[in-house]
Amino acid sequence: MIKISNLYKYFRSLCAVENLSLNISAGEIFGLVGPDGAGKTTTMRLLCGAIKVDSGQINIAGFDIIKQTEQARAQIGYLPQKFSLYEELTVLENLRFFAEVRGLKVEEWKPRCMEILEFVGLEDFTNRWAGKLSGGMKQKLGLAAALVHEPQVLLLDEPTTGVDPVTRQDFWRLIIRLAARGDVVVLVTTPYMDEASRCTRLGFMKDGRLLLEGTPNKLRAQLRGRIMELRGTPLPLLRRLAVQDPDVEDAQMFGDRIHLRVHIGAHEEITNRLEKEIAANRGMMTHLQVVPPQLEDIFMELSVMDSDG
Amino acid sequence: MLNIRLISLIRKEFIQILRDPRTLILVLIIPVMQLFLMGYAATNDVRNVPLAVYDQNRGPAARELLDAYRAADYFSLEYDVDSEDALRDLIDNGDARAGLIIPPDYGEKIQSEENAHVVFVLDGSDPTSASTALSAAQLIGQSKATEIMVERQARLIHSAPISQPLIVHTRVWYNPDLISSYYMIPGVIGTILFALTSILTATAIVRERERGTIEQLIVTPIRPWELVVGKLIPYVLLALFNAVEILAIGVYWFKVPIRGNLGLIFLFSALFLMTSLGIGLLASTLANTQQEAMLTVWMILLPSLFLSGFFFPLEAMPKVLQWISYAIPLRYYLVIIRSLMVKGVGFAALRQEFLALTVFGIAIMTIAVMRFKKRLD
Repeated sequence: MIKISNLYKYFRSLCAVENLSLNISAGEIFGLVGPDGAGKTTTMRLLCGAIKVDSGQINIAGFDIIKQTEQARAQIGYLPQKFSLYEELTVLENLRFFAEVRGLKVEEWKPRCMEILEFVGLEDFTNRWAGKLSGGMKQKLGLAAALVHEPQVLLLDEPTTGVDPVTRQDFWRLIIRLAARGDVVVLVTTPYMDEASRCTRLGFMKDGRLLLEGTPNKLRAQLRGRIMELRGTPLPLLRRLAVQDPDVEDAQMFGDRIHLRVHIGAHEEITNRLEKEIAANRGMMTHLQVVPPQLEDIFMELSVMDSDG
Repeated sequence: MLNIRLISLIRKEFIQILRDPRTLILVLIIPVMQLFLMGYAATNDVRNVPLAVYDQNRGPAARELLDAYRAADYFSLEYDVDSEDALRDLIDNGDARAGLIIPPDYGEKIQSEENAHVVFVLDGSDPTSASTALSAAQLIGQSKATEIMVERQARLIHSAPISQPLIVHTRVWYNPDLISSYYMIPGVIGTILFALTSILTATAIVRERERGTIEQLIVTPIRPWELVVGKLIPYVLLALFNAVEILAIGVYWFKVPIRGNLGLIFLFSALFLMTSLGIGLLASTLANTQQEAMLTVWMILLPSLFLSGFFFPLEAMPKVLQWISYAIPLRYYLVIIRSLMVKGVGFAALRQEFLALTVFGIAIMTIAVMRFKKRLD
């Protein structure tokens, strides 16, 4: 449904998107993750034709975004990162506006708007000004506006940033329900790894390039056997000693524990060395063992990696 | 066929205008305030200049001269002083703007048919009003002199007073009382229309970009021309509403006549709007924030105000500035609106201005629409 091939986008001399190729089919929820400035938002904007493609091809539901821009756009529902509805218009006025400019007929817009408001759970707020909604409700209204014309391709740019956890859950239930219908494709960017793990497929972007792509399980498998969890006190001392170990590549704090990314097969040596070192420095190690890798571990590994490596 | 997208855009724009107090004030109140301010403040009329008189003669001849000054309402004889120092003090501290000194031998000299001299002192710190007062003072004095001369002649040849050899009959057309609001009010209409429409359209378009709503608009099938037209129509209607509002105040409050065809006034105003809306649209393609858009419009607005002949007569400007003024669209509209309201001319007299405004309107609009993109970059 979304076909991207060899996509390039430059901002002056900076390459914002470099040789991006990706196919996403109906029913998928594709999550795009990566550090700030990786090119996720730029990719979204390229996909909906908001900025010019420098080279490469984008095909949306059979339409070429460069040559058949408007036909392609007609298939797209887009929720930008920044709230992009009219604050002085009420919830219903906003939806009516987008329904009408999207070509819904006079007799169609009202039932469709009510249906979509019920779907996102805003049916009781039809007359409230959009500017007076809470952050989570604004995002739901944004989603409603993006869905009002029943698009096949849904582009969601950080839809849950700044939204409380309960509303985030709501939001994801909506996304999953949409994708479950099987005829819609969802492309979503998110900074949250718990959300990333709900996607059917993930792509990791950095410096404009897609470094890695696959199902969450496949990505996690890449680091199988290479993540150890370390607990004890004091944590800063433990972390400092851990990174000094020759077989430890990286150590990241996760609340009350530390995740070590280690060389495969070096578990015993590390355990022995760290036990001794920590005792010698009057620290205490309560726990050190291999754990299944989390998406965070992948994210950290890829983020700190030199972009040439 | 009805274009739902366009109607929807226009409706949305109107809802936004009606719910935004800032825009409403800008549209409804500011023009009226401007009109009253400029209608009263921006006047070149010189009337009732306070005059201090140092009459050392105090005879009947001197009184006659003072009566002549009193009769014309250019001066009001407010101070009667008895020394030159007192007169100087009054002018120094601004109580009096002019002084008249009549020497002790004034009556004697008039009687004995010699040359009598009086001194008229004028505060020249405001050259505009001073020059008007100066010529008024001279004119009054000269006509008094002629009167005296005619009397002397009559006495000399013992006959009926002879007639003056040359009489200039003056006729001031269109505005016989030289009321400056006849000149100012049409100018104010022009400047308000210009400023309001260009600023409002520029900020209305840039607001979509500033608030990010343009991102959602981009993915809709709205055509760029629909976006432009949908943005312009509400402000054209507002501007025409404003024109009616200002015209009504001009006519009913300031008593400025509309001698020309009202339909023609609206036709030319609509033509002029093409230019001012085009400037607003152009500014919106150059700016990213509403503030930038405002500043960009002001950069065009300010020179327009000064070089259009709104404040200062074009004829008084150096040649170079006069040439530049031909590139100021507002100049032509001011000529048109002043001629239509005060002179009551027909279309034929305004053909050149019509042509100029048409060329400007089409050129600016074309550039603006070509620059207007339905994209973010």
